Amino acid sequence: MSDLAVATHGLTKRFGSQVAVDTVDLAVPRGSVYGFLGPNGSGKTTTIRMLLGLIGATAGQHELLGAALPEHAADVLPRVGALVEGPGFHPYLSGRDNLRRIDAADRTAGARTSDARIAAALDRVGLGAAAGKRYRTYSLGMKQRLAIAAALLMPRELLILDEPTNGLDPQGTREVRTLVGTLAAEGATVLLSTHLLAEVEQVCTHVGVMHRGKLVAQQPLAGLRSDAAPRVRVLTDQPAQAARVLRTLGLTEVAETAAETTGQLGAVAPEKVVAALVHDGVAVRGFAVVAPSLEDVFVSLTGRGFDVSG
Amino acid sequence: MSAVEVAGVPAAPVRRVSTRFLRSELRLIAVRRRNQVGLAALAAVPVVLAVAMKVAAPDTSDRPGGGPDFFAQITGNGFFVALAALGVELGLFLPIAIAMLAGDAVAGEANQGTLRYLLTVPVGRTRLLAVKYAGIVAGAFLAPLVVAVSGLVIGLILFGGGDVTLLSGSQVGFGEALLRLLGVCLYLGVCLSALGAVGLFLSTLTEQPMGATIALTMLTVASFVLQQIPQLDWLHPYLLTRHWQDFGELLRDPVSFGALTPGLLSAGAYVLVFATAAWARFAGRDVTS
Ligand SMILES: Nc1ncnc2c1ncn2[C@@H]1O[C@H](COP(=O)(O)OP(=O)(O)O)[C@@H](O)[C@H]1O
Ligand SMILES: [Mg+2]
Repeated sequence: MSDLAVATHGLTKRFGSQVAVDTVDLAVPRGSVYGFLGPNGSGKTTTIRMLLGLIGATAGQHELLGAALPEHAADVLPRVGALVEGPGFHPYLSGRDNLRRIDAADRTAGARTSDARIAAALDRVGLGAAAGKRYRTYSLGMKQRLAIAAALLMPRELLILDEPTNGLDPQGTREVRTLVGTLAAEGATVLLSTHLLAEVEQVCTHVGVMHRGKLVAQQPLAGLRSDAAPRVRVLTDQPAQAARVLRTLGLTEVAETAAETTGQLGAVAPEKVVAALVHDGVAVRGFAVVAPSLEDVFVSLTGRGFDVSG
Repeated sequence: MSAVEVAGVPAAPVRRVSTRFLRSELRLIAVRRRNQVGLAALAAVPVVLAVAMKVAAPDTSDRPGGGPDFFAQITGNGFFVALAALGVELGLFLPIAIAMLAGDAVAGEANQGTLRYLLTVPVGRTRLLAVKYAGIVAGAFLAPLVVAVSGLVIGLILFGGGDVTLLSGSQVGFGEALLRLLGVCLYLGVCLSALGAVGLFLSTLTEQPMGATIALTMLTVASFVLQQIPQLDWLHPYLLTRHWQDFGELLRDPVSFGALTPGLLSAGAYVLVFATAAWARFAGRDVTS
């Protein structure tokens, strides 16, 4: 059995002349919570649509849970729960009736267990009390919760959640993050797309970064962080003098403000920096090695800020 | 509740053969308020018609449409309210009802975003189309039946029943007349099912249900119009609506089933061609809604 829950090989989607997804090789290990990170328009949803067989790939292949799609869609997709591009339900049906309809369409779902499974899924997303209300009266956050409930109607080995916290309030966002953690603890693999760096930092074990249709990085979260060069931060009232010391030691990207000097550490040991500063008589008020934020990492990967892809 | 299977190599899930999805589809159509109102409107037409006839028998000599004239007989026997109402509603109201259902079928689901969730369940695309078409066909048979029952009830109340004089002049008992009316409804159900197949195809072309509904209604009206133009008689045999008014053949003695055959064959051909077209279009289509 493959140890990858999702694997793509050169997956590509072209819309007319635009390449929305460009030779993407995803590798989502089983049991991971994989943050599929990228700004709006970077191709996350398009990739997910291809994974689920909603749209055909222009080029490339992919496997879910070790089986090639679309050939094995009927066997694989029942084991995959999905939320794609926001909720989609019948406005004049209640939340519960909407789930009944989805469950009725599932040939692998038993009719006798239906009511219990629907109630459990609704409870899980905190929608139990509003289950009987018409969908059209739901707030955006409630709609999003119902979509997550729909993905949890059956036991799943893989959950593909496209921006699951969109439209949720801070409380709801926390609940969804907790839920994702619980599902992962129960053994499911979660592929979670998001444009929020904070979301990846808080719940994910792995991260793949999309940028203009390309997967520009893919690793365990810890690895991605440590790959990015740490910086030193010297608090001092002699920033110019400190900057000179740092440069002499071979630190790069040295920058100074009125009260501090920073520089990229590179291969230099931090204790050597402290010793050199003291030796040169720089009055050091504070010293820190700063791990880069994921945002810094992202900028270093893409050479630009975290804004919308064209 | 543990929602996730952890251990072991899971086998492919067992797929059951069940009517759950079909029943869910019929329920979805039935509980929709707009469909209920539409059905009530279909049922109201014979009532309005019968009351108008009761209050003042109108001049029916330059009645539009090419079908047999049942109006003249209404005041004599309430039975004919049902037939007259069917003839009238076949011109526009019944096709619109089918067009509404067809618009909802695929385009409506795409528009609401429910289509992508059905497909990821997964519902196979062929199965989805089959269930959607079954829903339309159910509507196609139910709609004329509702018009007929409503017409019968109001007709009997206002004009009474009794033996029915057929188009060929002979008389049959009320029971046999009812059987013939049922035959009319079934025949029209087949005709409207053919219309529904065209609608299903249109529904796979767009994400706007209203677009599909309007397109199908316009096609129907255009077909009626073309039928009236004698210079286009080479085209007439192929028109969708060509044989719809043939239902009057069931009111002759003896019933000439042979006269109904062209209509049934034409309907079958339309179903075959457009259901195939819908499948060809939908099976490989990108669902980006
Ligand atoms: N159906 C479509 N037709 C044409 N272009 C599309 C379509 N869907 C997405 N795109 C384009 O593909 C790019 C990626 O979109 P998407 O995958 O939705 O990004 P994300 O989910 O990362 O925000 C965007 O530039 C978008 O405009
Ligand atoms: Mg998206």
